[in-house]
Amino acid sequence: MSQAHEHAADHGSVKSYLTGFVLAVILTAIPFWMVMSGSFTKQATVIGIFGFAVVQIIVHLKYFLHLNFTKEGKLNSFSFLFTAMIIVMLVGLSVWIISTADALMLR
Amino acid sequence: MSTYVEHAHDAHDDHEHHDSGSQTVLGFWFYLMTDCILFATAFAAYAVLYRNIATGVSGKEIFELPYVMGETAALLLSSITYGFAMIAGYKGNKSAVLGWLAVTFACGAVFIGMEVNEFHNLIAEGHGPNVSAFLSSFFGLVGLHGLHVTAGLLWMAVMMFEVAKTGLTGRAMTRLSCLSLFWHFLDIVWICVFTVVYLKGAM
Repeated sequence: MSQAHEHAADHGSVKSYLTGFVLAVILTAIPFWMVMSGSFTKQATVIGIFGFAVVQIIVHLKYFLHLNFTKEGKLNSFSFLFTAMIIVMLVGLSVWIISTADALMLR
Repeated sequence: MSTYVEHAHDAHDDHEHHDSGSQTVLGFWFYLMTDCILFATAFAAYAVLYRNIATGVSGKEIFELPYVMGETAALLLSSITYGFAMIAGYKGNKSAVLGWLAVTFACGAVFIGMEVNEFHNLIAEGHGPNVSAFLSSFFGLVGLHGLHVTAGLLWMAVMMFEVAKTGLTGRAMTRLSCLSLFWHFLDIVWICVFTVVYLKGAM
């Protein structure tokens, strides 16, 4: 059981989970409110909801998935960053290609 | 995931066992990264198809944000209760692990119940996946996430059975760690779903 105690810190404490949870609730409530109240311009709302989504993903990665850049955690973090790059390319380029094709077809 | 210093401290027979456990968790993480790419393809499909509503409805007409907020709350709550189950696990408190897993399971079940209900209502009102490209990709993407959560619930039920039967063995803790990554990962995917599909769609 000595193993169990030493790792508890690495895997987050009640406090760090609660911190993550409170941040996640706030970062969820704001974009929902932005859309439901309708008191922002369309462009500001789009930027807002995507911005808060990115911040909330980072909060989840840090407080719930415990990604870090220590010697042991580095491999997880870098594999995630690599995957994130692939995802941005996959989604971004797909949208680019199809919207360009759409524009050419409808010209 | 201990540091090398800690390894030097408890480098008895524990060492080898723990090492293979953390290798398993790392391998599972790599699987999750490939799963991310699967979700990315579904998101890409949705992103290029969502405008093509044919003669059917658009997102704005069918999305109910307060309902989606309820689903989000259930899933987020299940994320933190799973965290508490892991903390109890590292303390070796078996009954607390079982209790928190049961709470997590209940929250996950509420989420799936709400989603099935939403799908049922949409199909009953004639907005099924066969109506338009938008609805096909919507059901595909949200359904893919729902299937993952369902698989997570099955896995959780099996883990509750294993922990109740054999206790918090090293093997059970490794499996619980993998499920922990899976469960929190699904919550992250849900952030993307409610942002890209529901919030963007309801604007």
